[in-house]
Amino acid sequence: MTDLTENLHSEHMVLNMGPSHPATHGTVEFLVTLDGETIVNMDVEIGYLHRGFEKQCENGTWSQAFPYTDRLNYNSAILNNVGYALAVEKMMDVKIPDRCKYIRVITSELARMTDHYTNIGAGALELGGFSAFLYFVEARELLWDLLEKVCGARLTSNYIRIGGVKNDLPPNFKEDVKSAFIKCRDLYNDVDKLLTKNRIFLDRMRDVGGITSDEAIAYGFTGPCLRACGVEYDVRKAHPYLIYDQIDFEIPTGTTGDNFDRYLVRMEELNQSMRIVEQCLDKMPKGPVNTDDPIVRLPAKDHVYTKMEALIDHFIVVTEGIKPPKGEVYFPVEGGNGEVGFYLVSDGSGKPVKCRVRPPCFAITQAMPRLCIGSLLADIIPTFDQINLIGGECDR
Amino acid sequence: MGIEKSLGDNIILTSLNDVVNWGRKYSFFLYPFITACCGMEFMSVAGPRYDIDRFGAALPRFSPRQADLMMVVGTISHKQAPILVKVYNQMTEPKWVMAYGVCTVSGGFYDNYATVQGIDTIIPVDVYIPGCPPRPEMVLDGLIKLQKKVQGEKFSDYPKGPSPVSKTGV
Amino acid sequence: MSSNIEKLKKKFGAAIIDSHSFRGDDTIIIKKYSVLDVCRFLKEENDLDFNFMMDLTVVDYLNQKGHNERFEVVYHFYSLNHNHRIRVKAPVSEKDCTIDSIVPLWIGANWFEREAYDMYGIKFNNHPDLRRILLYEEFEGYPLRKDYPITKRQPLIGPKN
Repeated sequence: MTDLTENLHSEHMVLNMGPSHPATHGTVEFLVTLDGETIVNMDVEIGYLHRGFEKQCENGTWSQAFPYTDRLNYNSAILNNVGYALAVEKMMDVKIPDRCKYIRVITSELARMTDHYTNIGAGALELGGFSAFLYFVEARELLWDLLEKVCGARLTSNYIRIGGVKNDLPPNFKEDVKSAFIKCRDLYNDVDKLLTKNRIFLDRMRDVGGITSDEAIAYGFTGPCLRACGVEYDVRKAHPYLIYDQIDFEIPTGTTGDNFDRYLVRMEELNQSMRIVEQCLDKMPKGPVNTDDPIVRLPAKDHVYTKMEALIDHFIVVTEGIKPPKGEVYFPVEGGNGEVGFYLVSDGSGKPVKCRVRPPCFAITQAMPRLCIGSLLADIIPTFDQINLIGGECDR
Repeated sequence: MGIEKSLGDNIILTSLNDVVNWGRKYSFFLYPFITACCGMEFMSVAGPRYDIDRFGAALPRFSPRQADLMMVVGTISHKQAPILVKVYNQMTEPKWVMAYGVCTVSGGFYDNYATVQGIDTIIPVDVYIPGCPPRPEMVLDGLIKLQKKVQGEKFSDYPKGPSPVSKTGV
Repeated sequence: MSSNIEKLKKKFGAAIIDSHSFRGDDTIIIKKYSVLDVCRFLKEENDLDFNFMMDLTVVDYLNQKGHNERFEVVYHFYSLNHNHRIRVKAPVSEKDCTIDSIVPLWIGANWFEREAYDMYGIKFNNHPDLRRILLYEEFEGYPLRKDYPITKRQPLIGPKN
């Protein structure tokens, strides 16, 4: 009997999981070198959604950058808005009223929940679990209804302003949130029963795409992917901003750093976010929602129409733009994927010299070859889902 | 279907035309070419609340050979543009294109070095849906308008051929 | 003056051009030939222990007063154990747009340096794979430089609009 492997002419195949692919969220290209089904080498090509965020922001005033920041991590638009506003306020040394801080925390946590719903739902969809996707899309719709009541838009909110927010919360907001959360908790329990102890889901996600905590830190991981490795780093606890130091919440961490731990960390963060929102709604004080410094925030419209000083302030802010002092700041915020840092440089005029956002998923996607080499082709799908690459943030 | 061109316009062929168009408009197979934020609204449109399945357009087919309605969802950058044209040329006729979101209609507010200022500069578009992102009701309205357009088509409209754009720099 | 900046000044006196703490952010400006040494000291010294390389970017100061060199490469570091941050800036001139790569110290700096090359044209010495990342290879020029007009498009396919 001859040796079956003799004369077996085999060579590695290069497969292009191209930029238009349902599992690569449409904006990433993987050039995978395969030996059968095992991945031998991998190259990740990004940049298919580069829309020139920095150049556009340098072209307008400081306030005109808010719609562009919405579209960075478009699953949780308000988190980016808040980060940018806090960075500019740090540079200008502006104090915002307490009610504004509570509103920013409530809307940020609702946005974080929509990000996690989308990610877990899409992750389940790509492994074949269509029902979990439909349940979480409905849960996301309930939260988008709440955000629509607050600011008028479901997805790209453009709600935060430098020195405050666009408008106060609508009446009966607390009751709306309570009734929405009852339904959200039901849907969460349904998805938990469908996925967490599901044999097929466990087989595809357990021990796949794992990384040690030292390597994760060397790559620059932050957010749920780093917490799944066991490192307890969350910007809300390390550098508390707004009122996070007055609220009681926990940071879930994993142990092994594989895909299943990332999924569990996100599921638990949903519960923690609901806890934060409920505490904030109970504690929120009454009062103004905007700072009354006229060179920072536009005055209220009825004052503009009746008082001369308010009219002049409105004119100056609109025509010349807000003028932060010369200098530079870096402000980190906990986004849906990790640390979203805004690095702003000002030269004293109304236009930014530099408006840089530190994208968390850029650093994590860099590690994709490290996570996937040695495993099977089908393991790319759950790994890439749990990394939660958002094209708008990675490519800007 | 090729022989009907030589048979001319008569009552049998126009009735056949109506039936074929009725079948085509109520059974779109989507190719969602998703790139950006509009993709989140697309997930809502396909979700249980604003159900696109009611209009027959439920099943996405992620291969251009098997799809007939390409929904270009999200900003197209200049790096992505050759891929869009290649996928469009790979689709078999009859095919339609829906420009979903204002970035595909005209480039949106990204008037810079990286963004295609409207995909109708590179492929022919049938329905334009503005909005950033458009509400799901707008998308369903756009789909109904496309269905009306499909109902009015004739056999002599096809084949249309590949996209007439060529590489620049020549 | 922050204690971290004092330690750095004691060790690298000649290489440090300036330092400040605007709004509480520690910042030092160093000469570009000392980038690798300063970063290695920041990473390996026990009291400093900056194990996260958070961000790497470039600022173009064309037509701005007070800057001798046109570009400045900006690094942001964070220490998990001591919970402190620092910003390191290294001026790079337009004629000699090169600086040492810090990929040997933090492997996560790889893509950040590729992006700095893509957008500004800064070349990193000893980088394992320096090529464009966000734009396509046929693109000519470096778009985030201040003298690149914002609407100058270079389409691969379709009309030049």
